[in-house]
Order: sequence, then C-alpha cells, then structure tokens
Amino acid sequence: MTRIRTTVDGVRYEDDVEPRLLLVHYLRDRLGRTGTPVGCDTSNCGACTVHLDGRAVKSCTVLAVQADGAEVTTIQGLATNGEWHPVQKAFHERHALQCGYCTPGMIMAAVDLLRDNPTPSEDEVREGLEGNLCRCTGYQNIVDAVLQASGQEVRS
Amino acid sequence: MSEIDPGVVALEAADQISEPDGERELGRRRLRKEDARLVTGQTNWTDNIQFPGMVHMAVLRSPMAHARISRVDVSPALQRPGVLAAYSGRDLAEEQGALPCAWPVTADMKHPNHPPLAVDEVRYVGDGVAVVVARDRYAAADALEAIEVDYEPLPAVVDMEEALKDEVLVHSDLGTNRCFTWPFAGGDYDAARAKADVVVTRRFLQQRLIPTAMEPRSVVVAPIAAAGEYTVYSATQIPHILRLMLAMVTGTPEQKIRVIAPDVGGGFGSKLDVYAEEVLALVVAKRLGQPVKWTESRSEGYQATIHGRDQIQDIEVAAKSDGTLLGLKVDLMADMGAYLQLVTPGVPLLGAFMFNSIYKMEGYSFTCHGVFTTKTPTDAYRGAGRPEATFAVERIMDELAAEIGMDPMELRRKNWIRHDEFPYTTIAGLTYDSGNYEAATAKAIDLFDYDGLRREQEKRRADNDPVQLGIGISTFTEMCGLAPSRVLGSLSYGAGGWEAAAIRMLPTGKVEVVTGTAPHGQGHVTSWSQIAADALGVPFEDVEVIHSDTRAAPQGMDTYGSRSLVVGGVAVHLACQKVLDKAKRVAAHLLEAAENDVEFAGGSFSVKGSPEAKLSIQEIALATFASHNFPDGMEPTLNSDYVMDPENFSFPHGTHLCAVEVDTETGFVKIRKYVAVDDVGKVINPVIVEGQVHGGLAQGIAQALYEEALYDADGNLTTGTLVDYYVPTAADLPRFTTDRTETPATSNPLGVKGVGEAGTIASTPAVVNAVVDAVRPRGVVDVPMPCSPEHVWRALQQGGAK
Repeated sequence: MTRIRTTVDGVRYEDDVEPRLLLVHYLRDRLGRTGTPVGCDTSNCGACTVHLDGRAVKSCTVLAVQADGAEVTTIQGLATNGEWHPVQKAFHERHALQCGYCTPGMIMAAVDLLRDNPTPSEDEVREGLEGNLCRCTGYQNIVDAVLQASGQEVRS
Repeated sequence: MSEIDPGVVALEAADQISEPDGERELGRRRLRKEDARLVTGQTNWTDNIQFPGMVHMAVLRSPMAHARISRVDVSPALQRPGVLAAYSGRDLAEEQGALPCAWPVTADMKHPNHPPLAVDEVRYVGDGVAVVVARDRYAAADALEAIEVDYEPLPAVVDMEEALKDEVLVHSDLGTNRCFTWPFAGGDYDAARAKADVVVTRRFLQQRLIPTAMEPRSVVVAPIAAAGEYTVYSATQIPHILRLMLAMVTGTPEQKIRVIAPDVGGGFGSKLDVYAEEVLALVVAKRLGQPVKWTESRSEGYQATIHGRDQIQDIEVAAKSDGTLLGLKVDLMADMGAYLQLVTPGVPLLGAFMFNSIYKMEGYSFTCHGVFTTKTPTDAYRGAGRPEATFAVERIMDELAAEIGMDPMELRRKNWIRHDEFPYTTIAGLTYDSGNYEAATAKAIDLFDYDGLRREQEKRRADNDPVQLGIGISTFTEMCGLAPSRVLGSLSYGAGGWEAAAIRMLPTGKVEVVTGTAPHGQGHVTSWSQIAADALGVPFEDVEVIHSDTRAAPQGMDTYGSRSLVVGGVAVHLACQKVLDKAKRVAAHLLEAAENDVEFAGGSFSVKGSPEAKLSIQEIALATFASHNFPDGMEPTLNSDYVMDPENFSFPHGTHLCAVEVDTETGFVKIRKYVAVDDVGKVINPVIVEGQVHGGLAQGIAQALYEEALYDADGNLTTGTLVDYYVPTAADLPRFTTDRTETPATSNPLGVKGVGEAGTIASTPAVVNAVVDAVRPRGVVDVPMPCSPEHVWRALQQGGAK
C-alpha cells in the first residue's frame, strides 16, 4: 500500500492505495466520484478523461499513485458555484449528447482543447477530439458545441 | 436526369414541413430534460451502484474456439485473498438453466442448448467456463488465473460455407450446422426472369460488426434472500423482457424479480438480449445472499456481447433493357455464431420484406440459411436485417444501371412506387401506407448539387486525375415500429409488439407519464413530455416520465426496432385522450353543463357559448383528488392507461446522396459531401430527430468504410480490442447535410414513423455505391466492405488487370 494525498474537485483526500490501482477506479470505487465512467481497457475511448493539474488525462491509464500531490478535476467539479461551464452549456444547447456515456470525457477533453486553442477551426476540433469516441451523435453536434463554447459562429 | 418535373414541384408544395404553431408542443425544438444530469456527471450507470456487502463477479472465458472441457478445478481460486466463491458450469448446472431464444423461425429450427456457463464443451472464444466472486473487482480478476481448466481441442469452423459442409460440427448433437432454411416468395420470380432482357448477379458480403455501445454491459443483483426477492439492475434495453426471461430461465417467481435499467449508455441492439452474466449474477446472488456486481471490460465484451450483420448475400436482379424491374432473387447465408441469443435467427428474416425496397416488380424469391460457426453469437445490431437488405438492393440497382447504361437515379425513378400509388402492397406482402419518394429525392438532389458533381466527375475522369470522384445513391425505406402482434405471431416470434403507457394526474396538476419503453439515449423523457403536454395542455416542465423499472413502470415491451415513438409514444398520446375523456365528464359536472356542450382547448374546459365558465385541467385534477363534488358512479381518478398494438408497421423513407473522393494511388476514401433527406412522417422534436439521423449515418458509414470484426482460422477474434476494431472518430466523419420531407403515417394518430435506424440503413449503400462509382471506369465492379485503403487498392489492382 502506498499513501497518496490528492485534491479531487476541491476536496482533499489522503488514502492508502495499492500501487496498481487505476486513478479511475480510485475516483469511482474509493471516492464515489462516479461521474467519470470507464468505456474501454485500451485508452482508446476517452470516456474517463479528467484533468490532472489542469491537463486532460485518461484516468484509466494513470495510476492513483501518480496523482499523489496533484489536483484532479472531474466532470462533477467543472461547474463553479452551480454555474455550468460554457462547454457543459453548449453540449446541452447543441444536443451534443444522446446516451451521455462519453459526455464527461468529451467535455473534459474539449475544455482542455479550448485552453490550448481558444478559437479552433472545425477541423482542429475534430482532430483535437480524436481520442474520444462517441457512438450516438456522429460528432457533428459535439463539434458545433465546442465551436459555440469558443464563442465562434456555428455553421449549422 | 435531375430536371425536376413539374409534378414533383407541385408535390413539394403539398409536402412542406409543418412548423409548430405557438401553442403546440409537437414539432417544437425542445432541449432535452435528460441532459442536466448527464453533462454534470450526476449519473446512475449500473456500474456506479454500490451496496453494503456487495461482491464482484468475474467470468473465466474459453481461450479456445472449440474444445471439450475435461476438467475444471476452481478450488485454487478459493485460496486467493478476498475470494468468497468460485463455480464451474457443472457446479451451477442445476440452477443456471439455458439462455433463451424467443424466435424459433421454423418448426424444425435447430435450437442448441445454451447454458450460461459451458458444462461439457466450449464453442467460441469467450464462452464462459467458470465464475469467481470476490470482495472487489481486482481480487476477482486476480483469482480467475488460479482456476485450472483442461481442454481437449476440437476443430473450429469460422466460415459459413465450410460450416454448411457439416464436416466440423459446432453442436455434434444437432448433426448439422444448418440452423434453419427459411424460404419466402412473392409473385413468380421464375416467370418474371423468363421475360428479362438482362439479369445481373452479385455476391455481397456483410462483414461482421461489433456494436460497441459506449457503456460496457453491467449487472447488479441485490437479493433479499429471506424473502426470495431480487432486484436486478442491468445495462439493458429490455428491462421488462429481461424480467420475464430471468423468471423462466431460473425458475424464480416472476413477481419476486424487479428489473431496473438505470442510466443506460447506448445499446444499438447489443443490449436487446438476455445474457449469461445476468443469469449468473442472479444465481450467485441467490447462493450467497449478498449483492453481486459484474461489469465487462471492453475487450471481454468484444467476445461476450453479441455481434451484428455477418451475411453472405447472393442476389440476382432481372429487368428489361429499358430498366423496368421484373424480379429479384435473394439467397442468404446468415451467421448465427455458436449459439442462438434472444432474436438471433429472426434478424436476417426482418430483411426478407425489405429487399424489394421501394420498387415495383413481378416476382420475388428469398431464401435464408442460418448457419452455426464457432464464433460469438450474432443478434440485432442497429437496423437488424434491414441494412443488409437495403445494401444489397441499392448496390445491385447501381450494377444494373451500369449494365444497361442508365443513370442510376433514373433507374430508381422508373421503378419506385409513385406517390399517387399509396397505399401500396409490395411484392413481399407489406402494405406501405404512405410515402413520397419523388419529393425526398427532389430535395436531396437540390441540396447535393447532383449535376455539378457529375460534371466534376466527368472532368476528373477525362483528366485521369489520381483522385477520382464518385457519387452514390440510396433511395430506401424501412419497416419499423415493431410491431403488430398478429404479424409477429405469424412469424413465430415469442411475444407481442404492443406498448403500454399510463398517465397519472397528480393533485397539483402535475403529470407523471409511465411508459413501457426503455430509453438509453433516445430522449424519450423529453419527447414523451412534449406528447403529454400537447395532449393535456399542461406545461412541458410539469411532466415527468417514469420508465425502465418493472415496479414503477410495470408493463412494457421496451426499446428497439425504431418502435418507441410509433408504438410507445402513440400509447402516451392515446392514454392522454382517456384522461381528457374522464376530465371532461368531471368538468361537465362541475360546470353544470351537458358533456356534449363542454369543449377542451388550451388546457381548459369550457361550455360552448359561455367561454367565461371554464376549468383548467389542473383544477379538474385537484377536484378529482378531493372528489367532494363528483359525478355519480364515476371512479374518483383521471389516471388512465393505454396499451397500443399497432395496426401496421411504419415505413420511413428517404434519399441519401454521397460524394466521395477516392485516391486511386493509395485507395484512401474521403467523404466529400453527404446529403440525407429523410421522411420520418410527423416529428415530435426536430432536434432529437436530427441527432438520431446523425448517429445513424455515423454507424452506417462506419460499416461502409471502417469497421470489421475478423477471426483467424482457429476462431480467435483478431479485432478483440478498440485498438484493433476501428470505431470512427470525429476526425474521420464529415459534416452531414440533413433535411426532411414530411409525409405523415396513416397508421397512427400522430402520423409518426420512427427514426432510430433510418440513417444506418440508408448510408452504407450510399457510401459504397459512391466508392464503386468513382473507380468503375477502371474496371472495378465491387469493393468489399469496409472500403478501407487496402480493400480499395486491391480492387483497383484486380480491376485494372481485367
């Protein structure tokens, strides 16, 4: 067992964990932060994307011990004072989700994308979200939501 | 060819999309009620569920496609820390029953025994052999490797034509790998063929696909052992059917089982099933008296969750030299996999009624052979039989057009059912109630710039451009809204096709809609709220929709086959009418008027001629709650229910046009433009309809260009992870142009047709037709799916060699 100290969505935790424990399972099974789901076992789908010290990571490919001393933000910590993040709002307004399983990871990845590139082109959004799979939407409304959240005109 | 004839223009005027007026909820672009929880992570996926004392189940799976099990020893696993129990198939043989198939398509169909855990023999890689139960998921996974199994290998058979030789039997006790042969005919094909000037034959391959709903399957069973009661949470599309089947399979009294499908993250048919792990979790929870959870990993699910498609299609079309269709002959082989799941054998037969599509002909002949192989079982995947049929007919229409030198759109126009011929009984015996192929096609051609793209194609051909342009057409229809119960009965299906709805009028005037549908992304909470708000004249926000819990929504036939709106949504509408009938009687009593003199509009009842005397439906609801002053002999409730059994299928249709650029040096295909004009009848919520079309297009395009589940000769799934099985990303897919025409269905009072599968059914042939069109001048007449760079390049090499 290894002792780790993390801050998750603003709350400080100190836990003994097995070194092999994945961050996503620490979040879900130990902390009950189940807003972040697991969609695959090969880091292809991105459903489990969270922010580790402000950068998007796939929490199925990060060990909990690697989050020692770090700040983790999940979809459950993205809103501030009850106000949804602009990307959350845009996903709702553009119908960018159907079943919603990919949505937490897609939103966290999109927030990170916009941090690096505040006014991406459509192609840049598509390339930037390549690591996140959605099976319901065909991506068009997701792309439009990200463009809208960036404050740009949306074609459709 | 794209000259639009004046008749069509006139039609278009009659075919305008209806805009909702200010008061109406139907047709309004409502944002979804479902989203708030989903975008904030306040979700309730089955794998989120935790109970005190909950233990985790893991399944040991066969690494061999076919083998005798000579020994299983689970005892070493019991020595591992945190392990409570481990069982082999033999240990559970008395309790586990057999997994059900609800569709015995012929009287002599071979129906192999399908134990949830294999007892004597494994028949595909991934077949369950033993389970371990431990205190957490890691301990359970660790303990699996301690179980000892001795296998005696048997030969695998992965190819359907090999399997039909019966040299290697998947089930030796059946004596054959032929599950069934199902013949069907309309008119006289041989007579039609005898009149033909031209006959075109093709073999098309429907590759195997893996549905890949983003949420892996998961099940939790919470027992109250002393009472013999079990609550089953499952990531399923079919909580109601699952409850019945779990009772039948395990002998648990039906009333003691409650099934809840909490938030479900997509299904696409893969969660329209009764799975081994659902039965095993129940059996283990019974034995241990503790809550049990099982959640598949993605790679595990790729072996243990059903696959889709996998057909060999031999198709022959007979026509006159002027393009008039005479007949169609279809001979199918459909891969069942190693066992029959819930509706496995019925899936290809849903296509039997769709190969003739929108076309008129004199003779039709269809035969389907179901075949066992040592592979993961197949079952319904988005479209289920209809994408396969639509693909084959739309592909061969292009081949026929090429053969007789006719524009492929002109060929379709010559043969489709004209708008003034509806209702039309097809050669396959279905009666299409309505449709307007001319209008949808005219709109699609307009949006697509058909002539401009054909000119560009000519230029690229003339210039011998290494990047060639292709144009693909798909004019399609589908049968959905499954289904009239009597039709299902005539096809030997094991259940009806009705759907239930109930309306509860609360004392505050708020409304609960109870539905038997089981949404998992389709937005029923929003759409059913609109239907109820529209019918009852209450605010959209005042409606709550209750679903997917057999105790709260006790009657239902669940969600699949583009049925939910056409059957379940219409049931909501009709249940609301019954509420209004009751409320009107109460209103008449309270307003001291004759019932015939009471009118309902805008959520209020008033007396004809004296509009100032009115009562809102909310006031009626409160008066009914109190029932102090109530009509004599009337039950003091407005609550009503309705079970809707549809009179017919519904028949959405549309015209999809695709332009692709094919790099003839690399084989790479890029979609340049995609136009989808769908006619799904009246629309409740255009936002949701567009979303359904987009998602359907993505899955159909995925079959055309990207996805393929592959097995090696030994029966190993070589595309067993998301690394190897390519699900397209945002970077792979184009921006779609979608639009609609609106020809209401005449078979239900809302005029709706269903939309969930349309995009998938239409898009695959549109894309492949475009790819073939691009390279046809180079001698290519087909490219096997997926049209990957390799497949296109190889087709070019072979075509060029001719």
